[in-house]
Amino acid sequence: MLKHESIETNAALLIVMTLAAISIGGLVEIVPLHFIEGTVEDVRITDGPNKGKQAVRPYTPLEQLGRDIYQREGCYTCHSQMIRPFRDEALRYGHYSLAAESQYDHPFQWGSMRRGPDLARVGGKYSSAWHTKHLTQPTSVVPESIMPNYPWLSETPLDVVGLADKMSTLKMVGVPYSHTKIEFDANVEKFGEDVAKKLDINMAEKNLEAQAKLGNFDGNPDKLSEMDALVAYLQILGTMIDFSKHDEAEFVKFR
Amino acid sequence: MAQSIAASDSTGSMAGVEASYVEQYDYDIIKKFAVMAILWGVVGMTAGTWIASELAWPFLNFDIAQITFGRLRPVHTSSVIFGFGGNALFATSFYIVQRTCQTRLWGSGLANFTLWGWNIAIAVAGIGYMMGITQGREYAEPEWYVDLLIAVVWVVYFLIYTMTLLKRNQPHIYVANWFFISFILAVALLHIFNNLAVPVSFFGTKSYSLFSGAQDAMTQWWYGHNAVGFFLTAAFLGMMYYFVPKQAGRPVYSYRLSIVHFWALSFMYMWVGTHHLHWTAIPDWTSSLAAAFSIMLLMPSWGGMINGIMTLSGAWDKLRSDPIMMFLITSLSFYGMSTFEGPMMALKSVNALSHYTDWTVGHVHSGALGWVAMVTFGSFYHMIPKLWNTSIYSIRLIYVHFFLATIGILLYITALWVSGIGQGLMLRAFDEYGNLAYSFIETVTFMHGPLVARAVAGMFFVSGMLVMAYNVFMTIAKRESLRTTEQSAAMA
Repeated sequence: MLKHESIETNAALLIVMTLAAISIGGLVEIVPLHFIEGTVEDVRITDGPNKGKQAVRPYTPLEQLGRDIYQREGCYTCHSQMIRPFRDEALRYGHYSLAAESQYDHPFQWGSMRRGPDLARVGGKYSSAWHTKHLTQPTSVVPESIMPNYPWLSETPLDVVGLADKMSTLKMVGVPYSHTKIEFDANVEKFGEDVAKKLDINMAEKNLEAQAKLGNFDGNPDKLSEMDALVAYLQILGTMIDFSKHDEAEFVKFR
Repeated sequence: MAQSIAASDSTGSMAGVEASYVEQYDYDIIKKFAVMAILWGVVGMTAGTWIASELAWPFLNFDIAQITFGRLRPVHTSSVIFGFGGNALFATSFYIVQRTCQTRLWGSGLANFTLWGWNIAIAVAGIGYMMGITQGREYAEPEWYVDLLIAVVWVVYFLIYTMTLLKRNQPHIYVANWFFISFILAVALLHIFNNLAVPVSFFGTKSYSLFSGAQDAMTQWWYGHNAVGFFLTAAFLGMMYYFVPKQAGRPVYSYRLSIVHFWALSFMYMWVGTHHLHWTAIPDWTSSLAAAFSIMLLMPSWGGMINGIMTLSGAWDKLRSDPIMMFLITSLSFYGMSTFEGPMMALKSVNALSHYTDWTVGHVHSGALGWVAMVTFGSFYHMIPKLWNTSIYSIRLIYVHFFLATIGILLYITALWVSGIGQGLMLRAFDEYGNLAYSFIETVTFMHGPLVARAVAGMFFVSGMLVMAYNVFMTIAKRESLRTTEQSAAMA
């Protein structure tokens, strides 16, 4: 039988045994999640012209740049994006979060702390004008807020340089943005034509400007600011799945 | 004449002692790491107190992007974990591996590379966060180019450590080294897999993580909790296993216990990270598995605590007379406390309340301040006089540091228990009609008091750190001036 003394007197053996001991946990818990079907739910649109298509789509160029700003400012240090299946959270934030809803999030921003409220379903909850006012000076709309002011968001023009490169990189890690006609057609099949158009890398900058103009998120139609992108991102959060159209049992089976 | 010979003889022999030290062990690199640890300690803990104050008094954000809470928080965590903790681990591990193997450090030029590489990496990362450059992953915020530098430094560290073990002049590898090996291997594994990302361009700072959503979350918290498990626990247990017996002047309490708890700890820690994701959108079985392993982990954790504290048996009087021993034993007590609290918070029902609240932040700090920082302080007060071949400048200041630190920690965790548990209870409270009893912002108002107390607690702890920096500075300065006098005396 192996005596512990032989490990203590042999550095190579100590290293090999330790490596074995520390490898198992991760192998058992994480690796299967990449292979088990159902880790990420398959959620389809239930009616309308896009019936049967995927409900959760990748972010548009404007939303993705907004997400980059969200990450840059470290919003995740105070806000979570993960609603748990509890009664109080259902009343306060809405339906609990599905894995499907963050499947295109590189990186995930579920967060670990709520110094401020959860943002997983903040989309559509407030007007864009409210968000702009709130981000510029939170106490102007919530007097007790301890959130910092972000006045530079409205003042800073949105940097769209490298937008196509960013989308191509996201494509490399698995987000279905399209470059070629074949990829575009696959997106039409998967998400419907209107969404597929927004995911076309060749049209990225044009789509971005159009969305910013139409949404006028920062209340200043003449300027494409960082505020436009961030608010566009916040306004889409948690809105892609219409939970009123789904039976609860459909999601429970994945858990 | 005879007198002058005697005099030159004595200085000669002193120089001889120093020369033999220099030959036997490489202390120079350890001194540098130790000084860097103290500097980062001051920087990181000051940053921590600053951001704690921003939560209590938000005007302190001053509308300056670079110092808003969201950008400064990773500066705090990186500086204390990797700056203070990391440099302290490099210093003590290089000290311990040389002394327990009775051999000189392998590849001294390479050790200098780890010093510069490591510290430049943390500085570049920290400045980056303030500029808005971050991966947005907790405790793994550095972007891809810093991650690459860290990976290279780490491989070199592994090489130095292993090669030094291989040329040891002792048949046995001492238990402290097992823990350091486990730490080095685990951190390599964690760092590489959690930082898999594709840079947008070779000349830009931005990258996107390879994994997304649920899988990304699992990888991150496998990393996140094991950064605690191996960086902040296993490695500091290595520190403990050398400095506690050394300071107590007694052998480790139980050899058998050290074997059992080493293997159990190394094996089990890797399973528990998922308890950070209870009730989230991951498969339930991973969460249950993590909870079960978290409970089991109590045993190896307490194995280490018992082994450390019981080493003092027969010398308990040192707790009255030796401030270094007070640091070390208090650190083990906090280790025991937070490794009890941790498994409890890993229970799904407790976690439902504690998660997303300050209770978690308090728990981390009872480990980070109470265990990690206190064991480091004790070890440094033991090691630094030995490195400079002198005695500490002021024992009284060690006592002052001890009490400042202890008051700081106790106030800190108590304040955040109030804040965290209070907020958790308020958020799940319902009125008689079944509506939510409180809005979110009402919980924020409630937390103001505890958050002020927490900021004050941080100030206590930083003051202690500054006292230590002064004490160490004076110790080195005293030694250097003595050396100069000796040299001029020898010349005369």
